[in-house]
Amino acid sequence: MEGSLAKESGFREILPENTMRTLVPQVEVPREVKPAPPRYRNEIAKYIIRRGSNCTLCGKCVQVCPYGVHVLKTGYKLFAAPHLNVCVGPSCRKTDHYCIDICPKKALKMVENPMLKAMGDYRWTPDMIMATWKMAETGESPSPEYGYEYETGASGGGFDRLRFKFPEKPPIELREDEIDIGIVLNRRDDGRPQVKIDVPWYGGGMSFGSVSNVVQLSKARAAVAFNTFTCTGEGGYMERMKPYDDHVITQIATGLFGVREETIQRVRIVEFKYAQGAKPGLGGHLLADKVTHAVAKMRETVLGISLFSPFPFHSVYSIEDHQKHMDWIKHVNRRTLISTKVSTPNDVDMVAVGSYSAGTHIVHLDGGYGGTGAAPDIAKKNIAMPIEYGIVKVHRFLEQEGIRDKVTLIVSGGLRTPHDIAKAIALGADGVVVGTSELVALGCIRCSRCESGRGCPRGIATTDAELAQGVDLEWGTQRIINLYSAWRKELIALLKRFGMRSINELRGRTDLLMHLDYTNDVETDT
Amino acid sequence: MPKKYHIETKKVAPRLPKIGKFGIVDWHEDCARCHNCVKKACVYDRYRQEMEYIKDLDEFNAMFFECMGCFSCVQKCTKGLLALTVNPEYERMGNGYFTPDIILTTWNQAETAGIPVSGAGYRGKFTGTGFDSMWTDMSEIVRPTRDGIHGREYISTSVDIGRKPKLLSFEDNRLATALPPLVDLPAPIIIDIFPEKYQFSHLMPMLLAVAVKTGTMMIVGWEQNGLLGADKEKHLSNIIFYLGKDTPLPTPEILKKSRLIEIADNNKTEQRIKEIKAVNPELVVAVRVELDSHGKERSIELARNPIIEVIHIVSDMNGNQIGAEKPEFIKDMTRHIHTSLVKSGIRDEVTIIASGGIALAEHMAKEIICGADVIAINMPLLLALECRFCANCRDGFACPAKIENITAQYGIGRMTNLIAAWHDQLIEVMGAMGIREARRLRGETGRALFFDDIEEEIFGRLFGKRIRV
Repeated sequence: MEGSLAKESGFREILPENTMRTLVPQVEVPREVKPAPPRYRNEIAKYIIRRGSNCTLCGKCVQVCPYGVHVLKTGYKLFAAPHLNVCVGPSCRKTDHYCIDICPKKALKMVENPMLKAMGDYRWTPDMIMATWKMAETGESPSPEYGYEYETGASGGGFDRLRFKFPEKPPIELREDEIDIGIVLNRRDDGRPQVKIDVPWYGGGMSFGSVSNVVQLSKARAAVAFNTFTCTGEGGYMERMKPYDDHVITQIATGLFGVREETIQRVRIVEFKYAQGAKPGLGGHLLADKVTHAVAKMRETVLGISLFSPFPFHSVYSIEDHQKHMDWIKHVNRRTLISTKVSTPNDVDMVAVGSYSAGTHIVHLDGGYGGTGAAPDIAKKNIAMPIEYGIVKVHRFLEQEGIRDKVTLIVSGGLRTPHDIAKAIALGADGVVVGTSELVALGCIRCSRCESGRGCPRGIATTDAELAQGVDLEWGTQRIINLYSAWRKELIALLKRFGMRSINELRGRTDLLMHLDYTNDVETDT
Repeated sequence: MPKKYHIETKKVAPRLPKIGKFGIVDWHEDCARCHNCVKKACVYDRYRQEMEYIKDLDEFNAMFFECMGCFSCVQKCTKGLLALTVNPEYERMGNGYFTPDIILTTWNQAETAGIPVSGAGYRGKFTGTGFDSMWTDMSEIVRPTRDGIHGREYISTSVDIGRKPKLLSFEDNRLATALPPLVDLPAPIIIDIFPEKYQFSHLMPMLLAVAVKTGTMMIVGWEQNGLLGADKEKHLSNIIFYLGKDTPLPTPEILKKSRLIEIADNNKTEQRIKEIKAVNPELVVAVRVELDSHGKERSIELARNPIIEVIHIVSDMNGNQIGAEKPEFIKDMTRHIHTSLVKSGIRDEVTIIASGGIALAEHMAKEIICGADVIAINMPLLLALECRFCANCRDGFACPAKIENITAQYGIGRMTNLIAAWHDQLIEVMGAMGIREARRLRGETGRALFFDDIEEEIFGRLFGKRIRV
C-alpha cells in the first residue's frame, strides 16, 4: 500500500472527542501477486482431451506438452486425470507440440467441453467465468491462445455491443508507470477529507448474511492492498472488519440492521442505500435459512426469521428529508464522505442532481442487471433501466446543470470485466462498484442458488459454518488481489493505447466508443 | 378498511418427477471406489433423494431431478468421473415462446404459491422481443407508501368490468346519470377458454372451483356448460358463458343470474347484445375480437359504439397477431388500441380484456401497462398441472403428464397457487412502481421503459441510426 490515506487525511486526529469508536490498529496487506490455484480438484476447462483405448502409454504427449496437461506418474500404468484447465485447445495446432497430431497412435481427441453448456448464462458466459478464474489464479489476463472470449458477454446489448475505437498507434507513447487509474471520491471542496483510491472501482455491499465473513474479510483485505474500499452491506459491522476500517464503507439501508453510531464513526465513507438495482423499490431480502445465530445477533433480530428491509426509508420522502439524513451522519462522523446509492428509474437524472444538492459526495447508480443476493425474479429483469442507459442519462444531466465536476459518479449493476469498467467510464462514470466478479474469483459458478437452504454450495454466499469453510481467508484474499491486479493491468494497457495519462481523461469520451448495432456516424462532442 | 384480498394456498407436491434443467452423467465403470464419494456431500441431498426415488420406481423415467447445477460434485470427484449437462428432456419442453424456463418456474409457483426468488443477478438477454422489450419503472422521487407484499399498507388489485359513463350529472343533488352495470373482480385476471385442442372436459369443474376460490371468473363455451358440474348454478357469478356466432342464447334463467357474458364478434354483434340486454339489462356483455389483420381497427370501431361495454382482444397463444405473415405482438396491438381510444377520449368508457401470450406474472403487469384492464389466461394454468407443452394431446397422442388422471384437490390447488403467486408478483411490481391500484396501472406507460424509445434517447444520440433490429 502506498502510504496510509488515513494518516494523510488526518482522519484520526480530528475525530470528535466524544467518539464512541474504539481505535484498532489497521492491517496492511501487500499488493503482491502470488499464484492462487483453484480450490477444486477438477477445474472446468474449455476443452477436454479424450484418450482412446489404443493409447500405448508411450508418454510422447507428456514430453511435448509445455503446459503439463498430461500426467503419467512414474510407476503407474494409467494416466492420471489430465490438467485440462491449462490446455490451450485448438490454438496449439499451429505449434510443434500439438499432442493430438503428435500422438503416434492417434489415440487423443480434443473436443469443446460439453459441460460448458450447463455453465454460466448470457451475461456471464462460460468463457468469462473461466477467464475470471484464470485472472484470480495468476494475476494476469488469460493468454489469447486459450481462446477465451471474455471481454464481452452474450447478452446482445449494452456493454456487450459496445467496442472501443482504438487509434492505430497511441498519440503519445507512455510508460505504464506514467498512467494513473486512480480516482478521487470527494469533489465537493467542503472541508471534508479528499479520498483517492488507486483503482477506479471498489467492492459492493454484501452483508454478513448474504456472504460469509471470510468472503467479507477477503474483500476487505484486497481493498486494503489496492487502496480502495469494500462495503459492509446492510447487516452490521463485524468485529473482524475493524482492522480494515480505513477501507470499509458501512451502509445504512432501510432496515437499519446493525447500524450504530459507533460503526458510523469507524469509517471514511458511509453509504445510504435507497435502492438496489436487482430489486428496485423492494428493499433487501434475507431469507430465513440464512438468518443464523451469528447473523441474528449482529442484526439484532430473531434466529430463522426472514428479514425484509422496507422500501423506502420511511423517514425520507423528499430531497430535504434526504439532506437531514446526511446531516445526521455528517454530524456523527465529521470526517466521513457520503455516498448515496440509488437504482436507475426513468427519473434517475433528477435523483442524482437532487442528491448532490442535498450534500452527497458520491452518487452511486445501481443498474438492474447486477446484484449478488436474493431477489424476486420479476424484479431482477423487469424493474428500472440497465446501467448503460443510466450512466449516460445522469452524466449528461449533471453536465447540463454545471455540477458534473462537483460530484463523483459511481456505477454498478452488471459490470463484469475491466472492459466493462472502461466502457462505463467512457459513457460518463467516474468509477464503478463491482461485486459478482469478486465472487466469481472465489469460485462462484453463478448457479443462482445464493438464497436457498444453507446458501451457496460453493461456500461463498452462505452463513453455514461448514460450507463457509470452502473459502480460506488467505486464499480468498489472494484470489481477489490477483483479479484486481489483472484488471489494473488491462486498464493501464487500454489507456496506453489511447495515450491517456489518467483514467479521468476517459470519462465521458463516448467518441471513443462504437456500438455494433448502429451506423456510428454521429459527430459527438468530447 | 375493507378486508384485504387474500388467496388461501397450500403446497401441492408434483405428481411426477420434475424435469430439471441439469443432470449429472455418471461414469460408474471407472469409479475407484475411493469411498470419498462427493455425492454424499451434495448440499442439496439430491443423490440420496434420487436413490429413494429409484427404490420405488414405478415407471421408466430420467435420472434427472433437481440438480441445482452447482458443479460441486463434478469438481470434487476424486477421479473426475462426473459430468454435468443440460437435460435434453428439459430442452425439449415447450415451444419458442413457452420456454423450458417459463415452464419450470410455472411448476414451482404452482407447487408453492411462492414468488420465484433467486440469487446472482439477472442472467438473461439485455432485451428481447415481445414483453422482453420493455421494463417497468419505479421511482426514487414519487415515494410509494407501501412495503410490498410484506407490508402494512394495502395495494388494491381490484378492477371493474363494464362500461363507465363519461361524466355524471346531478339534479337536485341527486345522481341523474343511469349507472351501467359493472362486474368487480379482486384481481385483474380471469380464466380464458382453452384452445380447442387443449380442452379437457374433466378440468372444467376444477377451473370453476379455482375461479370461485380466487374470486375471479372463467370463460366457458355455453355448449360446455354441462361439464361444469352440479355446482354450476351456485357459481354463476364466477362464470362467463361464451356464445359463438351461431350458439343459441342460454336460458333466460341463466342470463338473469349471470354477471358477465361473452359473445363472438360478427356482423350481428349489436343485435346479439340487444337480445341479451332485453332479457337482463344488468348483464355485462363482452365482445370477443380476434386480433387478426382487422382486429385492432375492429376493436377501436366497436369501442366507439355506445352499446359496447367490454372488448376482449385475443391473439394466438404465443401473443402473435393471428394469420399475419409478420405478426404484431399483443402488447403492441393493445397499446395501439388503448392509445387510439385515449386520443378519442373514450378509453374509460369501455373495458379491455386481453389474452394470448401472457405466460408469466410480469406479462400480466406489462400488458396492463400497455392498456388492458384485465388479462385472461389459459395455457399457464395447464402448465401448472405439470403439462410440458409437448402438444401430444393436440395431435391425439397420450399425455406424458397424465393430465387426465389428476384429482380435483391437486388440480384446484396447483392452479390456485399459480394465480396467488401471480397476484403477489403483481403487487411486488406495483409496489416498486408506487402504484396502489391496479386500475391506475392500466395504460400507465409513464411507469414503463420501452427498449426502442430509450435506445434512441440514449444510444441513438451517440451512435447514429440503429441498424440491427
